[in-house]
Amino acid sequence: MTREMPDARAGPPARADGRGAPGGGALRTGGPGVIPRASTFRAALQSGAFTVTAEIGPPRGADAGAIGRKVAPLRDWVAAVNITDNQGASVRLANWAGSLAAMAAGVEPIMQMTCRDRNRIALQSDLLGASALGIPNILVMTGDHPRFGDHASAKPVFDLDSVQLLWTARTMRDEGKLLSGRKLSPPPSWFLGAVENPAAPPADFRAARLGKKVAAGAQFVQTQYVFDAAAFAGWMAQVRDLGLHERCHILAGVGPVASLRALAHLEQGVPGVQVPAEVSRRLRGVPENRVADEGIAICAETIGELTQVPGLAGVHVMAVGAEHRIPVILRQAGLAPMLVTGGPGHAG
Amino acid sequence: MLIADPGAPMLKPMDSRTGGGQRAAGARPAAAAAPPASPATSPRPVSPRAPARSMYLLHHLLEPNAGYRRLAAWLEARPRLRRLFTAAEKGVKQEIFGCRMCGQCTLPSTGYACPMTCPKQLRNGPCGGVGADGCCEVYPEMRCVWVEAVERAESQGHPGDLLRLQLPIDHRLWGQSSWIRYWQGRDEDLWTDPVRGGMGQ
Repeated sequence: MTREMPDARAGPPARADGRGAPGGGALRTGGPGVIPRASTFRAALQSGAFTVTAEIGPPRGADAGAIGRKVAPLRDWVAAVNITDNQGASVRLANWAGSLAAMAAGVEPIMQMTCRDRNRIALQSDLLGASALGIPNILVMTGDHPRFGDHASAKPVFDLDSVQLLWTARTMRDEGKLLSGRKLSPPPSWFLGAVENPAAPPADFRAARLGKKVAAGAQFVQTQYVFDAAAFAGWMAQVRDLGLHERCHILAGVGPVASLRALAHLEQGVPGVQVPAEVSRRLRGVPENRVADEGIAICAETIGELTQVPGLAGVHVMAVGAEHRIPVILRQAGLAPMLVTGGPGHAG
Repeated sequence: MLIADPGAPMLKPMDSRTGGGQRAAGARPAAAAAPPASPATSPRPVSPRAPARSMYLLHHLLEPNAGYRRLAAWLEARPRLRRLFTAAEKGVKQEIFGCRMCGQCTLPSTGYACPMTCPKQLRNGPCGGVGADGCCEVYPEMRCVWVEAVERAESQGHPGDLLRLQLPIDHRLWGQSSWIRYWQGRDEDLWTDPVRGGMGQ
């Protein structure tokens, strides 16, 4: 009656060859038979260490160096950086180009891929390109609606949704086939991720929805901002009941609130994000010039609480526009730098 | 060095974990004056105008059998009648569900709330931008169609339906009768069996 969906468990392990310091410099742009770079991010997660990733927004401009300048200070602190895909539906330097720039700067990229701007032909083509150029990690999401971006007049695509794109990517990798059934030679290789928002309605369906993504191929997941660690722990309990934490590495999204303006924006303008009254009270209770520091302190405390949540693999830090403060946040949270060459892991 | 606009809030929601709801700092507020989104390219969520219970009951009457199969094959061979039948199907389903005639009806697996009326046409569940009140992020005056779907399916004892992986649709089938396809068993690859905890059951 129903078509069989291939199981994520059937996927072969990532190739171990080509492993080394992330982004060791030269891009693998040889001919056929190029061996995709193995994911050191994946290795960090598999080691069981509390793993940190960070969000990097590519520039609005033709400057790949901007990526390098943003990621360089994070090199010792994160296992990988997300390179966003026209985040907020606003035009930025391309996700694949940003990913290559991060690799050239010595930091492993997680290339975000949204379904908003490409149909299934372009999505599969870009996925192949990413693998061929050695981009080891892909994070799949549906994508913000163009209405929220700088080209509100654009035609939204949404040919596939995020679950369907995960399944497509997994089929390409594990079965060496396109959606059309045509064979790929050689098949691509990536570590596949997804996103979830534990706080958004319908609340009781969110863990099950993650289950669908894991079934479709997600091997790791990064969540929307967590401000309420206790509420997040409740969602994690549902995730553990489903056994998802054993099949998928879960990283909680965190980020510092930098100003009262940012706080107001979060409280009013961001669907799916709930700022607890306590956080709001603390930020409003300090002098204006101390708000940013208080935001960092709150973020660090949240990370500290999250390290105690059973089954959580790590955190994903989103401090877009203030990436240079991420080491401060992590240090305050009691985490130590990662030694990317000597085996990943936070001593924290 | 600093790429984000100076003065932009440091904490900007990342792409799509929110599913939106924010504008990139410095972006022209194009959406402010104009209508928020065009229903021509971004469907508006529709709350079904019939109780879930009666729809599940009605479904039993429409389940494929030899008679329906013959009827479907007979209609298919007669273009004028097929067009009439398709128009009638469209009229009924448009009125009740806001049907857009994708031709690959998934209503039985979504509590009879149509996911093709989601502005992102998500067939596998809600995006991350659903408001705390359960409203659509693109059309905040409307309820998220997936919030409706989950409520309706669960209230009628069909939560497992929501755990089916809905496969990509065939865009060549827009405008065609889904009932004719359904009765002839051509809809069988629309979705998988329910998955729980990702264990492909």
